Amino acid sequence: MHFLSESIYKAFLLVLNLDPEVYQIVWTSIYISFWSTTLSASVGIPLGALVALKNFRGKPALLLLLNTSMALPTVVIGLFCYAILSRMGPLGDLGLLFTPTGIALGLFVLATPISANLTVAAIQNLDSRLTLTCKMLGASPLQEFWLTMKEARFAVMAAIVIAFGRVVSEVGIAMMLGGNIRGFTRTMTTAIALETSKGEFELGLALGFVLMLVALVINGMIFFVQKGRL
Amino acid sequence: MKRLLGLLTIGILVSSFASYGLAETRLRMSTTTSTENSGLLKVLLPPFEKANNVKVDVISVGTGKALKLGENGDVDVVFVHSRPAEDKFVSEGFGVDRKDVMYNDYVILGPKNDPAGIKGIKSAIEAFKKIAETKSMFVSRGDDSGTDKQERSIWKAAGITPQSPWYIEAGSGMGAVLQMANEKNAYTLSDRGTYISYEKKIDLVILGEGEKTLFNPYGIIAVNPKKHPNAQYELAKKFIDYVTGPEGQKIIQDYTLEGKQLFFPDAKK
Repeated sequence: MHFLSESIYKAFLLVLNLDPEVYQIVWTSIYISFWSTTLSASVGIPLGALVALKNFRGKPALLLLLNTSMALPTVVIGLFCYAILSRMGPLGDLGLLFTPTGIALGLFVLATPISANLTVAAIQNLDSRLTLTCKMLGASPLQEFWLTMKEARFAVMAAIVIAFGRVVSEVGIAMMLGGNIRGFTRTMTTAIALETSKGEFELGLALGFVLMLVALVINGMIFFVQKGRL
Repeated sequence: MKRLLGLLTIGILVSSFASYGLAETRLRMSTTTSTENSGLLKVLLPPFEKANNVKVDVISVGTGKALKLGENGDVDVVFVHSRPAEDKFVSEGFGVDRKDVMYNDYVILGPKNDPAGIKGIKSAIEAFKKIAETKSMFVSRGDDSGTDKQERSIWKAAGITPQSPWYIEAGSGMGAVLQMANEKNAYTLSDRGTYISYEKKIDLVILGEGEKTLFNPYGIIAVNPKKHPNAQYELAKKFIDYVTGPEGQKIIQDYTLEGKQLFFPDAKK
């Protein structure tokens, strides 16, 4: 019990003391998660809508592929992206390995199937008469897409929230592609892993609480956007 | 709310460009967990970074992976401790300008009651034989790190193939292994630096030390620019000169943890 209370106390100190290193770590996490979520949403949601609304050859195969890729272990995604971003790999000349951008790319690969799959599910849950009505009223494909999105907005928003939660809490990809470089690519999760490996359990757990706090604030913001605007 | 979110997005955009857009020179170094976790790099790097207006990116992993990153050209310099693996790295043409930097030593740790009775045995090989005979629990790094390579070479010299269930391969860093050995009342091999930083958190004690087989030298190697034209050889060379030069060697000499000197500089002139 002592250990747990100590950690909570330390977490408060960390937040209150404005320790620049901790803030840098928190900021790196938010920055990377923000970009990978945004990027994955802008690819995953249209892709999901396309799969849900259109009939084409290979649609079942694509759905199967999307579903399977949700089960990919993050270390495998990390390894795969390492092979691509390494100096020996096809994109090696860009020098993206061990940079925040490198991590964001890996997390993008992780989050895109999530946003796509959840968008498919969101649209399939809609009243099937919506598509018919759109077609009857002569809506263009773009108009149809827009109306569908409007109807499915809550579930699609949830898809973004889930994708964000997944990337902000991810550790394998961040470790593999970022290298946990102090003051550069150290994220909250890799910092927690490092402190744990150093035996600094209290500090590790304290950082865990900070991570929860950040997630709470961001989810709270999305929650209010949903309530207020939509 | 909408405006607030918009402002926030712009804020994130602007500051992200501000913090990551300005490209400063970065030297990438893969090193072992022991140099990073002991805190040595925190004092060794800043003077070099300041003098050359460069940032040294430290990727701390096991020696095996640190060398692998060098082989793939993903780092510019490697700072590790496993002489045979280092020599192989150089002879295969991946690295150039290998220099000795410093040394510390390994210690054999075990529970206070010492079930295998190895306390007082001078030779590490004999001590390992005793552990195997009594089938006392032993936690190994099992992660192809420098310490792991050293441990395996001792088992080999003792003519023993350690086996489960008494031999546990953790596949983790030194810190995690110390904790595991502590929880399981097991023996383990550790570098002295990591042990000193953990001493207060665990009950394990030193049962074997101060022998030639437990000597642990660290070397620094630049990644061969002929293999990897992207490698920043000039800067790596500068860094090697700094670490093995009088300034770097003095910092290593003066670095203490809990009042104890951790590393002993031994760069040759």
